[in-house]
Parts: sequence; structure tokens; C-alpha cells
Amino acid sequence: MERKTKIHAEEGKQDLTITREFDLPLELLFKANAQAEIIEQWMGTKVLKFESKKQGGWQFETKDEKGNVVFSANGVIHEFVLNRKIIRTFEMDNTPFGVQLEVAEFERITDDSSRLQIHAIYESVAQRDQVLKLPFAQGINMAHNRLQDIVSKLR
Amino acid sequence: MLTRRDVFQAIADPTRRAILLLVASQSMTAGAIAANFDTARPTVSKHLQILNECELLTQELNGREIYYHINAKKMKEVSDFIEPFRNMWDDRFNKLEAIMKKHKNK
Repeated sequence: MERKTKIHAEEGKQDLTITREFDLPLELLFKANAQAEIIEQWMGTKVLKFESKKQGGWQFETKDEKGNVVFSANGVIHEFVLNRKIIRTFEMDNTPFGVQLEVAEFERITDDSSRLQIHAIYESVAQRDQVLKLPFAQGINMAHNRLQDIVSKLR
Repeated sequence: MLTRRDVFQAIADPTRRAILLLVASQSMTAGAIAANFDTARPTVSKHLQILNECELLTQELNGREIYYHINAKKMKEVSDFIEPFRNMWDDRFNKLEAIMKKHKNK
């Protein structure tokens, strides 16, 4: 399947852009990014708090089946303009990745399609590159865990 | 049918990463590669086939033996890492789209 999401990340820069067009009216796309109960469905994490207003705060948390917290992140909303723009900070707790500033802009294309562009700015080039590598590292860890599971069953 | 292989799926497998490491130092025959693993020979062959389809390995006929080389150019493409990041967001956004389409029909 063709990937519809585009990532623009130039070498040696401390920012990146994520762009995606959706077969959704602008209002629905915005709603999906502004309401806690919808965000948690597609982000795959529990949303403890999401105050969709200027100077609101937000908090995500994911636990494994044993109840250990495996991911938590937080930030504040700097700007919230209905159906147009959300500016927020994003920080993963207990990680060396620092804080990133995310400017999300929502745009109507037609009545039934819309575009989301997220411009993420990191504290440094090194931190941006580390975040880019995250899913790659996770993939490897997951493969390792699977192998471990299989091997331990063989014993 | 030839399926389009995802390079990152290919290297997410620990055996395949081990094969790449082995072949990185010198080109080897399938038999010599398989000798490094406890896995059954056909399993190793399958891994080699996947790596070959992803162009991470190239084959060269030398006499009667096929030697496997690492494809340095493709490995470099892997190392720019952006693809898994993009896939992660693409998966999330696909989910978002599916969820909101249901909302729309309500």
C-alpha cells in the first residue's frame, strides 16, 4: 500500500515536517486532533489530560499488561485556533530527547478532503535525529523480544 | 507472485541481521552462511531469498558456487532511518482516517 504521509527532514537541521492529506472534511480532521477520546484511539496511548485551549496542558500515558508505564509524555498548548492551528510542546518523560515545539496547521482542500502539516522543531540536530531513529530502534527491540519468547519456549 | 518486500521488515529479523553482519566482512556461499546457524538450511535459504529480494544482498556465480555479497548502497539507504518514522506516522494517520470516517457516517 502506498504511504500517504510525507516526511521532510534535511540533514543537519533541527526540524522536520510531517504532511498528510486525508479523505476527511477539515472539521473532522481537526476534531481527531483536539478531543482526548479520539486522540487515544489513533495514537494508541491513554490520554490522561488534553485541555484544548490556549495555555492548556496535555498528558499521555501507555501501560503494559502488567501495569508498568512504558511511555509517558506531556506538554502545553500554546495556541489553539479551531479548525486551523494547534501549537504545542511535546516532551517524552524520562528520555534524553528534550522538548519539541509542534506547529500543526489544518487546511481545507475540498469539502471532503483536508491537509495536516506538522512542523516539529527540536532542541538540537542530534535530538531530532535520535527521535527519527526511535521507531527503528523499537522495531529491533521488538524483534529481539519475539526471538527471546520463542527461544525460551524451546527450552 | 513477487511481493514487494519492506527493507525494514527484512532487517527487523535477528537472523537476517546476523546474516548481514557475516556477509559484511566477506562474500560467502549459502552453505557457509548456514553453517553459522542452528536453524535448518531451508530456513536460512528463505532468509537469503528475502534479503536478496530487498537488494540487501547480491548474488555472484563463481564456478559452480553462488556467493552472496552485501549491497553497500542499499544498506546506506537503510541507515537514513526516515522510513520507519514515516511508517509510524502513516499507520497512526490511517487509523485516524478510518475512525473519523465512521464518525462521519453516524
